[in-house]
Amino acid sequence: MSHIRIENLSVQFGDHQALRDVSIDVKRHAVTAIIGPSGCGKSTLIRSINRMHDTIPTSAVSGKIFLDGEDVLKMSDVTALRRRVGMVFQRPNPFPTMSIYDNVAAGLRLNGKQNRREMEERVVKSITQAALWNEVKDRLHKSPMSLSGGQQQRLCIARALAVQPEVLLLDEPCSALDPIATARVEELIDELKSRFTIVMVTHNMQQAARTSQYTAFMYMGQLIEYGNTTELFTKPKVQQTEDYITGRFG
Amino acid sequence: MQDGMQSLNWAFLTQMPAPVGEVGGGMANAIMGTGMIVGMAMLIGIPLGIGGGIYLSEYGRGQLAFWLRYLSDLLAGTPSIVIGIFVYVLIVVPTKHFSALAGSVALGIMMVPTITRTTEEMLKMVPRDLREASLALGISQWRTILSIVLAAGSSGIITGILLSISRVAGETAPLLFTAFGNRFWNTDVSQPTAALPLQIFAYAISPYDDWQSQAWAGALLLIMLVLCLNVTARFIRRGH
Repeated sequence: MSHIRIENLSVQFGDHQALRDVSIDVKRHAVTAIIGPSGCGKSTLIRSINRMHDTIPTSAVSGKIFLDGEDVLKMSDVTALRRRVGMVFQRPNPFPTMSIYDNVAAGLRLNGKQNRREMEERVVKSITQAALWNEVKDRLHKSPMSLSGGQQQRLCIARALAVQPEVLLLDEPCSALDPIATARVEELIDELKSRFTIVMVTHNMQQAARTSQYTAFMYMGQLIEYGNTTELFTKPKVQQTEDYITGRFG
Repeated sequence: MQDGMQSLNWAFLTQMPAPVGEVGGGMANAIMGTGMIVGMAMLIGIPLGIGGGIYLSEYGRGQLAFWLRYLSDLLAGTPSIVIGIFVYVLIVVPTKHFSALAGSVALGIMMVPTITRTTEEMLKMVPRDLREASLALGISQWRTILSIVLAAGSSGIITGILLSISRVAGETAPLLFTAFGNRFWNTDVSQPTAALPLQIFAYAISPYDDWQSQAWAGALLLIMLVLCLNVTARFIRRGH
Protein backbone atom coordinates (compact mmCIF):
# COMPACT_ATOMS: atom_id res chain seq x y z
CA MET A 1 0.00 0.00 0.00
CA SER A 2 1.35 3.39 -0.83
CA HIS A 3 2.18 5.79 1.94
CA ILE A 4 3.20 8.80 -0.08
CA ARG A 5 1.70 9.56 -3.46
CA ILE A 6 3.29 12.26 -5.53
CA GLU A 7 1.38 13.57 -8.53
CA ASN A 8 2.78 15.82 -11.23
CA LEU A 9 5.27 17.50 -8.97
CA SER A 10 7.28 20.34 -10.46
CA VAL A 11 9.75 22.49 -8.59
CA GLN A 12 11.35 25.64 -9.81
CA PHE A 13 14.09 27.76 -8.25
CA GLY A 14 14.01 31.14 -9.93
CA ASP A 15 14.48 30.34 -13.63
CA HIS A 16 15.84 26.90 -12.98
CA GLN A 17 13.41 24.03 -13.39
CA ALA A 18 14.70 21.44 -10.95
CA LEU A 19 11.85 18.98 -11.14
CA ARG A 20 9.46 18.36 -14.01
CA ASP A 21 6.17 16.58 -13.64
CA VAL A 22 7.24 13.77 -11.35
CA SER A 23 4.68 11.21 -10.22
CA ILE A 24 5.60 8.40 -7.89
CA ASP A 25 4.01 6.12 -5.30
CA VAL A 26 6.12 5.38 -2.24
CA LYS A 27 5.27 2.12 -0.49
CA ARG A 28 4.73 1.92 3.24
CA HIS A 29 7.40 0.28 5.39
CA ALA A 30 9.87 -0.26 2.62
CA VAL A 31 13.03 1.42 1.41
CA THR A 32 12.68 3.39 -1.78
CA ALA A 33 15.95 4.49 -3.33
CA ILE A 34 16.25 7.40 -5.70
CA ILE A 35 19.24 7.25 -7.99
CA GLY A 36 20.53 9.39 -10.80
CA PRO A 37 23.45 11.62 -11.73
CA SER A 38 24.23 14.78 -9.74
CA GLY A 39 21.82 17.61 -10.26
CA CYS A 40 19.03 15.36 -11.54
CA GLY A 41 16.62 16.52 -8.85
CA LYS A 42 16.88 13.61 -6.42
CA SER A 43 17.34 15.81 -3.37
CA THR A 44 14.83 18.34 -4.64
CA LEU A 45 12.27 15.54 -4.81
CA ILE A 46 12.67 14.30 -1.25
CA ARG A 47 13.00 17.80 0.17
CA SER A 48 9.58 18.55 -1.30
CA ILE A 49 8.05 15.85 0.87
CA ASN A 50 8.82 17.64 4.14
CA ARG A 51 8.57 21.06 2.51
CA MET A 52 12.13 22.12 3.06
CA HIS A 53 11.77 24.30 -0.01
CA ASP A 54 9.59 26.62 2.06
CA THR A 55 12.79 28.14 3.39
CA ILE A 56 13.93 29.21 -0.07
CA PRO A 57 12.07 32.32 -1.15
CA THR A 58 12.63 31.84 -4.88
CA SER A 59 11.22 28.32 -4.95
CA ALA A 60 7.91 27.46 -6.58
CA VAL A 61 6.35 24.05 -6.05
CA SER A 62 3.34 22.77 -7.97
CA GLY A 63 1.57 19.43 -8.07
CA LYS A 64 0.36 17.26 -5.25
CA ILE A 65 2.05 15.23 -2.54
CA PHE A 66 -0.29 13.01 -0.55
CA LEU A 67 0.82 11.68 2.80
CA ASP A 68 -1.81 9.14 3.78
CA GLY A 69 -4.23 10.90 1.51
CA GLU A 70 -3.62 14.39 2.87
CA ASP A 71 -2.01 16.96 0.59
CA VAL A 72 1.29 17.99 2.14
CA LEU A 73 1.51 21.18 0.12
CA LYS A 74 -1.81 22.37 1.53
CA MET A 75 -1.01 21.66 5.18
CA SER A 76 -1.10 24.80 7.29
CA ASP A 77 1.23 23.55 10.02
CA VAL A 78 4.60 22.74 8.48
CA THR A 79 6.15 21.85 11.83
CA ALA A 80 3.55 19.13 12.39
CA LEU A 81 4.30 17.75 8.94
CA ARG A 82 8.02 17.73 9.65
CA ARG A 83 7.47 15.82 12.84
CA ARG A 84 5.74 13.14 10.77
CA VAL A 85 8.38 13.18 8.07
CA GLY A 86 11.90 13.11 9.51
CA MET A 87 15.01 13.88 7.55
CA VAL A 88 18.69 13.02 7.69
CA PHE A 89 21.14 14.99 5.63
CA GLN A 90 24.18 14.31 3.52
CA ARG A 91 26.70 15.60 6.00
CA PRO A 92 26.28 14.67 9.66
CA ASN A 93 25.01 17.82 11.33
CA PRO A 94 24.59 17.35 15.08
CA PHE A 95 24.01 20.56 17.04
CA PRO A 96 27.56 21.44 18.15
CA THR A 97 26.57 23.36 21.28
CA MET A 98 24.48 20.54 22.72
CA SER A 99 25.45 17.25 24.33
CA ILE A 100 24.73 13.92 22.67
CA TYR A 101 21.68 13.50 24.90
CA ASP A 102 20.41 17.00 24.22
CA ASN A 103 20.79 16.51 20.50
CA VAL A 104 18.39 13.61 20.56
CA ALA A 105 16.11 15.40 23.02
CA ALA A 106 16.11 18.64 20.99
CA GLY A 107 13.19 17.72 18.78
CA LEU A 108 11.05 16.88 21.81
CA ARG A 109 12.21 19.70 24.04
CA LEU A 110 11.94 22.50 21.51
CA ASN A 111 8.49 21.34 20.52
CA GLY A 112 7.31 21.82 24.10
CA LYS A 113 5.54 19.35 26.40
CA GLN A 114 7.14 16.03 27.45
CA ASN A 115 8.01 15.30 31.05
CA ARG A 116 11.52 14.29 32.07
CA ARG A 117 11.01 10.57 32.40
CA GLU A 118 9.12 10.19 29.19
CA MET A 119 11.79 12.20 27.44
CA GLU A 120 14.59 10.10 28.85
CA GLU A 121 12.85 6.92 27.76
CA ARG A 122 12.35 8.28 24.30
CA VAL A 123 15.97 9.42 23.99
CA VAL A 124 17.36 6.06 25.09
CA LYS A 125 14.98 4.24 22.80
CA SER A 126 15.91 6.39 19.82
CA ILE A 127 19.63 5.99 20.38
CA THR A 128 19.16 2.25 20.73
CA GLN A 129 17.07 2.14 17.56
CA ALA A 130 19.84 3.97 15.78
CA ALA A 131 22.27 1.23 16.93
CA LEU A 132 24.40 3.75 18.76
CA TRP A 133 23.62 3.02 22.39
CA ASN A 134 26.64 0.90 23.25
CA GLU A 135 29.02 3.44 21.78
CA VAL A 136 27.64 6.51 23.53
CA LYS A 137 26.03 5.27 26.74
CA ASP A 138 29.03 6.39 28.80
CA ARG A 139 29.27 9.82 27.28
CA LEU A 140 25.71 10.98 26.79
CA HIS A 141 26.53 14.36 28.23
CA LYS A 142 29.65 14.97 26.16
CA SER A 143 29.81 16.94 22.96
CA PRO A 144 28.74 15.09 19.81
CA MET A 145 31.72 16.56 18.00
CA SER A 146 33.97 13.95 19.60
CA LEU A 147 32.12 11.17 17.76
CA SER A 148 33.29 9.76 14.43
CA GLY A 149 31.48 10.75 11.24
CA GLY A 150 29.55 7.49 11.14
CA GLN A 151 28.52 7.82 14.77
CA GLN A 152 27.48 11.41 14.19
CA GLN A 153 25.31 10.31 11.30
CA ARG A 154 23.65 7.64 13.42
CA LEU A 155 23.16 10.27 16.09
CA CYS A 156 21.35 12.39 13.50
CA ILE A 157 19.19 9.38 12.68
CA ALA A 158 18.45 8.93 16.40
CA ARG A 159 17.58 12.61 16.63
CA ALA A 160 15.14 12.23 13.75
CA LEU A 161 13.63 9.06 15.26
CA ALA A 162 13.03 10.72 18.63
CA VAL A 163 10.13 12.79 17.32
CA GLN A 164 8.51 9.53 16.16
CA PRO A 165 8.06 10.17 12.47
CA GLU A 166 6.30 7.82 10.05
CA VAL A 167 8.57 8.59 7.18
CA LEU A 168 12.34 9.00 7.11
CA LEU A 169 13.94 10.92 4.28
CA LEU A 170 17.62 10.17 3.88
CA ASP A 171 19.54 12.53 1.63
CA GLU A 172 22.71 10.65 0.64
CA PRO A 173 23.21 9.61 4.25
CA CYS A 174 26.43 7.73 3.58
CA SER A 175 28.21 9.93 1.09
CA ALA A 176 30.44 11.49 3.76
CA LEU A 177 31.20 8.17 5.47
CA ASP A 178 33.86 5.50 5.08
CA PRO A 179 32.89 1.97 3.93
CA ILE A 180 32.66 0.49 7.42
CA ALA A 181 30.48 3.31 8.73
CA THR A 182 28.43 3.03 5.55
CA ALA A 183 27.85 -0.67 6.14
CA ARG A 184 26.61 0.06 9.66
CA VAL A 185 24.20 2.73 8.48
CA GLU A 186 22.91 0.43 5.74
CA GLU A 187 22.35 -2.29 8.30
CA LEU A 188 20.44 0.22 10.38
CA ILE A 189 18.29 1.28 7.44
CA ASP A 190 17.43 -2.33 6.88
CA GLU A 191 16.27 -2.70 10.48
CA LEU A 192 14.30 0.52 10.46
CA LYS A 193 12.24 -0.30 7.41
CA SER A 194 9.92 -2.53 9.39
CA ARG A 195 8.66 0.51 11.29
CA PHE A 196 9.25 3.42 8.98
CA THR A 197 8.74 4.31 5.37
CA ILE A 198 12.17 5.22 4.10
CA VAL A 199 13.02 7.28 1.05
CA MET A 200 16.72 7.43 0.37
CA VAL A 201 18.62 9.46 -2.14
CA THR A 202 21.91 7.91 -3.16
CA HIS A 203 24.37 8.27 -5.97
CA ASN A 204 25.76 4.86 -5.15
CA MET A 205 23.98 2.26 -7.26
CA GLN A 206 25.34 -0.69 -5.30
CA GLN A 207 23.89 0.86 -2.19
CA ALA A 208 20.51 1.24 -3.83
CA ALA A 209 20.64 -2.37 -5.00
CA ARG A 210 21.69 -3.61 -1.56
CA THR A 211 19.30 -1.72 0.67
CA SER A 212 16.16 -0.83 -1.22
CA GLN A 213 13.06 -2.69 -2.34
CA TYR A 214 12.04 -0.04 -4.86
CA THR A 215 14.20 2.18 -6.98
CA ALA A 216 13.47 5.30 -8.94
CA PHE A 217 15.86 6.51 -11.61
CA MET A 218 15.83 10.21 -12.30
CA TYR A 219 17.51 12.22 -14.98
CA MET A 220 17.41 15.97 -15.66
CA GLY A 221 14.58 16.61 -13.24
CA GLN A 222 12.37 13.86 -14.62
CA LEU A 223 11.46 10.44 -13.37
CA ILE A 224 12.70 8.01 -16.01
CA GLU A 225 11.88 4.68 -14.46
CA TYR A 226 10.45 3.42 -11.22
CA GLY A 227 9.90 -0.08 -9.97
CA ASN A 228 11.02 -3.06 -8.02
CA THR A 229 14.75 -2.74 -7.30
CA THR A 230 15.73 -6.18 -8.57
CA GLU A 231 13.78 -5.69 -11.77
CA LEU A 232 15.10 -2.23 -12.38
CA PHE A 233 18.68 -3.36 -12.00
CA THR A 234 18.41 -6.65 -13.88
CA LYS A 235 16.00 -5.82 -16.69
CA PRO A 236 15.40 -2.08 -16.96
CA LYS A 237 12.61 -1.09 -19.32
CA VAL A 238 14.08 2.19 -20.46
CA GLN A 239 17.31 2.50 -22.44
CA GLN A 240 18.50 5.49 -20.38
CA THR A 241 18.21 3.52 -17.15
CA GLU A 242 20.21 0.70 -18.62
CA ASP A 243 22.88 3.10 -19.84
CA TYR A 244 23.13 4.63 -16.41
CA ILE A 245 23.26 1.45 -14.35
CA THR A 246 25.75 -0.16 -16.67
CA GLY A 247 27.93 2.91 -16.28
CA ARG A 248 27.72 4.29 -19.79
CA PHE A 249 27.04 7.78 -18.42
CA GLY A 250 26.56 9.61 -15.15
CA MET B 1 50.97 55.54 34.09
CA GLN B 2 53.31 56.22 36.95
CA ASP B 3 51.21 59.14 38.13
CA GLY B 4 48.23 56.90 38.11
CA MET B 5 49.90 54.09 40.01
CA GLN B 6 50.84 56.43 42.82
CA SER B 7 47.29 57.50 43.52
CA LEU B 8 45.57 54.24 42.80
CA ASN B 9 45.07 52.64 46.19
CA TRP B 10 42.35 51.10 48.30
CA ALA B 11 41.09 54.44 49.53
CA PHE B 12 40.71 55.60 45.96
CA LEU B 13 38.42 52.69 45.24
CA THR B 14 36.35 52.92 48.41
CA GLN B 15 36.23 56.54 49.53
CA MET B 16 34.15 59.46 48.45
CA PRO B 17 35.69 62.53 46.82
CA ALA B 18 37.34 64.82 49.36
CA PRO B 19 36.83 68.56 49.33
CA VAL B 20 39.57 70.66 47.75
CA GLY B 21 42.59 71.00 50.02
CA GLU B 22 41.93 67.89 51.99
CA VAL B 23 44.24 64.97 51.46
CA GLY B 24 42.91 61.63 50.35
CA GLY B 25 39.46 60.79 49.11
CA GLY B 26 38.55 58.60 46.22
CA MET B 27 36.14 57.96 43.41
CA ALA B 28 33.91 55.30 44.91
CA ASN B 29 30.82 57.17 43.77
CA ALA B 30 32.11 57.41 40.22
CA ILE B 31 33.02 53.74 40.07
CA MET B 32 29.58 52.86 41.35
CA GLY B 33 27.98 55.32 38.91
CA THR B 34 29.83 53.87 35.96
CA GLY B 35 28.77 50.40 37.01
CA MET B 36 25.16 51.50 37.29
CA ILE B 37 25.06 53.46 34.06
CA VAL B 38 26.85 50.81 32.02
CA GLY B 39 24.72 48.08 33.56
CA MET B 40 21.52 49.80 32.54
CA ALA B 41 23.00 50.62 29.14
CA MET B 42 23.52 46.89 28.68
CA LEU B 43 19.87 46.24 29.48
CA ILE B 44 18.96 48.64 26.70
CA GLY B 45 21.69 47.94 24.17
CA ILE B 46 21.98 44.15 24.26
CA PRO B 47 18.36 43.18 23.54
CA LEU B 48 18.02 45.85 20.87
CA GLY B 49 21.34 44.95 19.31
CA ILE B 50 20.76 41.22 19.27
CA GLY B 51 17.20 41.69 18.08
CA GLY B 52 18.40 43.87 15.23
CA GLY B 53 21.13 41.39 14.34
CA ILE B 54 18.67 38.50 14.25
CA TYR B 55 16.31 40.47 12.08
CA LEU B 56 19.02 41.46 9.62
CA SER B 57 20.53 38.02 9.30
CA GLU B 58 17.39 35.88 9.31
CA TYR B 59 14.73 38.03 7.74
CA GLY B 60 16.64 40.99 6.37
CA ARG B 61 15.95 41.14 2.68
CA GLY B 62 13.52 43.94 1.94
CA GLN B 63 13.52 47.72 2.12
CA LEU B 64 13.21 47.81 5.89
CA ALA B 65 16.35 45.73 6.30
CA PHE B 66 18.24 48.01 3.96
CA TRP B 67 17.30 51.07 5.97
CA LEU B 68 17.93 49.36 9.26
CA ARG B 69 21.40 48.32 8.16
CA TYR B 70 22.02 51.83 6.88
CA LEU B 71 20.81 53.39 10.12
CA SER B 72 23.01 51.05 12.11
CA ASP B 73 26.07 52.02 10.07
CA LEU B 74 25.17 55.66 10.43
CA LEU B 75 24.79 55.29 14.17
CA ALA B 76 28.15 53.56 14.41
CA GLY B 77 29.72 56.59 12.78
CA THR B 78 27.83 59.22 14.74
CA PRO B 79 30.07 61.23 17.10
CA SER B 80 29.23 60.29 20.66
CA ILE B 81 28.57 63.89 21.68
CA VAL B 82 25.80 64.09 19.09
CA ILE B 83 24.16 61.09 20.68
CA GLY B 84 24.56 62.83 24.05
CA ILE B 85 22.76 65.91 22.79
CA PHE B 86 20.08 63.79 21.18
CA VAL B 87 19.34 62.04 24.47
CA TYR B 88 19.50 65.39 26.28
CA VAL B 89 16.67 66.66 24.11
CA LEU B 90 14.82 63.36 24.31
CA ILE B 91 15.00 62.68 28.03
CA VAL B 92 16.75 65.34 30.07
CA VAL B 93 14.68 68.28 28.80
CA PRO B 94 11.26 66.66 29.29
CA THR B 95 12.13 65.28 32.73
CA LYS B 96 13.96 68.49 33.69
CA HIS B 97 16.65 66.34 35.29
CA PHE B 98 20.06 65.07 34.41
CA SER B 99 19.94 61.41 35.29
CA ALA B 100 21.77 58.11 35.27
CA LEU B 101 18.95 56.74 33.15
CA ALA B 102 19.57 59.33 30.45
CA GLY B 103 23.25 58.42 30.50
CA SER B 104 22.37 54.76 30.13
CA VAL B 105 20.10 55.47 27.21
CA ALA B 106 22.91 57.37 25.48
CA LEU B 107 25.43 54.59 26.06
CA GLY B 108 22.86 51.94 25.22
CA ILE B 109 22.21 53.58 21.87
CA MET B 110 25.94 53.62 21.24
CA MET B 111 26.18 49.90 21.92
CA VAL B 112 23.48 48.91 19.48
CA PRO B 113 25.32 49.15 16.14
CA THR B 114 28.33 47.12 17.28
CA ILE B 115 26.16 44.38 18.73
CA THR B 116 23.82 44.37 15.75
CA ARG B 117 26.67 44.01 13.31
CA THR B 118 28.50 41.26 15.18
CA THR B 119 25.27 39.37 15.77
CA GLU B 120 24.39 39.61 12.10
CA GLU B 121 27.84 38.47 10.99
CA MET B 122 27.98 35.63 13.50
CA LEU B 123 24.52 34.33 12.62
CA LYS B 124 25.34 34.45 8.93
CA MET B 125 28.35 32.25 9.63
CA VAL B 126 26.20 29.54 11.20
CA PRO B 127 25.95 26.84 8.53
CA ARG B 128 22.68 26.25 6.71
CA ASP B 129 22.94 22.57 7.63
CA LEU B 130 22.26 23.38 11.24
CA ARG B 131 19.13 25.39 10.56
CA GLU B 132 17.83 22.73 8.23
CA ALA B 133 18.54 20.02 10.78
CA SER B 134 16.46 21.91 13.29
CA LEU B 135 13.64 22.81 10.93
CA ALA B 136 13.48 19.20 9.73
CA LEU B 137 12.76 18.13 13.30
CA GLY B 138 9.60 20.16 13.19
CA ILE B 139 11.05 22.93 15.31
CA SER B 140 9.56 26.30 14.42
CA GLN B 141 11.72 28.91 12.76
CA TRP B 142 11.62 31.12 15.82
CA ARG B 143 12.75 28.38 18.19
CA THR B 144 15.39 27.37 15.68
CA ILE B 145 16.85 30.85 15.70
CA LEU B 146 16.74 31.22 19.47
CA SER B 147 17.91 27.78 20.54
CA ILE B 148 20.08 26.54 17.70
CA VAL B 149 21.39 29.41 15.62
CA LEU B 150 21.96 31.89 18.42
CA ALA B 151 23.66 29.22 20.54
CA ALA B 152 25.99 28.32 17.69
CA GLY B 153 27.00 31.95 17.25
CA SER B 154 27.06 32.82 20.92
CA SER B 155 30.80 33.11 21.47
CA GLY B 156 31.12 35.69 18.72
CA ILE B 157 28.10 37.59 19.96
CA ILE B 158 29.41 37.70 23.52
CA THR B 159 32.70 39.00 22.19
CA GLY B 160 30.83 41.73 20.35
CA ILE B 161 28.93 42.65 23.50
CA LEU B 162 32.10 42.85 25.60
CA LEU B 163 33.80 45.01 22.99
CA SER B 164 30.84 47.34 22.83
CA ILE B 165 30.81 47.61 26.64
CA SER B 166 34.49 48.40 26.74
CA ARG B 167 33.89 51.03 24.12
CA VAL B 168 31.10 52.86 25.92
CA ALA B 169 32.51 52.45 29.44
CA GLY B 170 35.11 55.10 28.69
CA GLU B 171 32.80 57.54 26.94
CA THR B 172 32.69 61.02 28.42
CA ALA B 173 30.95 63.15 25.85
CA PRO B 174 27.52 61.50 25.83
CA LEU B 175 27.44 61.59 29.63
CA LEU B 176 28.15 65.32 29.88
CA PHE B 177 24.61 66.16 28.84
CA THR B 178 22.90 63.20 30.40
CA ALA B 179 24.31 61.71 33.61
CA PHE B 180 26.07 65.02 34.24
CA GLY B 181 28.16 63.87 37.21
CA ASN B 182 27.71 64.11 40.95
CA ARG B 183 30.01 64.68 43.88
CA PHE B 184 27.95 62.49 46.15
CA TRP B 185 26.89 58.87 46.46
CA ASN B 186 23.81 58.27 44.41
CA THR B 187 21.89 55.15 43.49
CA ASP B 188 18.74 56.82 42.26
CA VAL B 189 18.57 56.39 38.49
CA SER B 190 16.54 59.56 38.07
CA GLN B 191 19.24 61.73 39.64
CA PRO B 192 22.48 63.08 38.23
CA THR B 193 25.15 60.46 38.72
CA ALA B 194 28.90 60.37 38.72
CA ALA B 195 30.83 58.28 36.26
CA LEU B 196 34.52 57.54 35.99
CA PRO B 197 35.15 59.34 32.71
CA LEU B 198 33.24 62.39 33.93
CA GLN B 199 35.16 62.53 37.18
CA ILE B 200 38.43 62.13 35.35
CA PHE B 201 37.47 64.95 33.06
CA ALA B 202 36.46 67.23 35.92
CA TYR B 203 39.57 66.47 37.95
CA ALA B 204 42.00 66.64 35.09
CA ILE B 205 40.98 70.16 34.12
CA SER B 206 41.03 71.34 37.73
CA PRO B 207 44.00 73.41 38.94
CA TYR B 208 44.66 71.27 42.04
CA ASP B 209 47.55 68.84 42.13
CA ASP B 210 45.92 66.12 44.21
CA TRP B 211 42.81 66.21 42.01
CA GLN B 212 44.96 65.87 38.96
CA SER B 213 46.75 62.86 40.36
CA GLN B 214 43.38 61.37 41.18
CA ALA B 215 42.38 61.91 37.57
CA TRP B 216 45.44 59.92 36.55
CA ALA B 217 44.43 57.13 38.85
CA GLY B 218 40.91 57.15 37.46
CA ALA B 219 42.26 57.02 33.93
CA LEU B 220 44.44 54.05 34.83
CA LEU B 221 41.50 52.25 36.38
CA LEU B 222 39.40 52.87 33.29
CA ILE B 223 42.12 51.61 30.99
CA MET B 224 42.53 48.50 33.07
CA LEU B 225 38.80 47.90 32.94
CA VAL B 226 38.72 48.25 29.17
CA LEU B 227 41.80 46.09 28.81
CA CYS B 228 40.22 43.39 30.95
CA LEU B 229 37.09 43.38 28.82
CA ASN B 230 39.13 43.20 25.65
CA VAL B 231 41.29 40.36 26.88
CA THR B 232 38.21 38.46 28.03
CA ALA B 233 36.61 39.03 24.66
CA ARG B 234 39.70 37.74 22.88
CA PHE B 235 39.85 34.77 25.18
CA ILE B 236 36.26 33.76 24.51
CA ARG B 237 36.80 34.16 20.81
CA ARG B 238 39.85 31.94 20.79
CA GLY B 239 38.36 29.39 23.13
CA HIS B 240 35.72 28.62 20.55
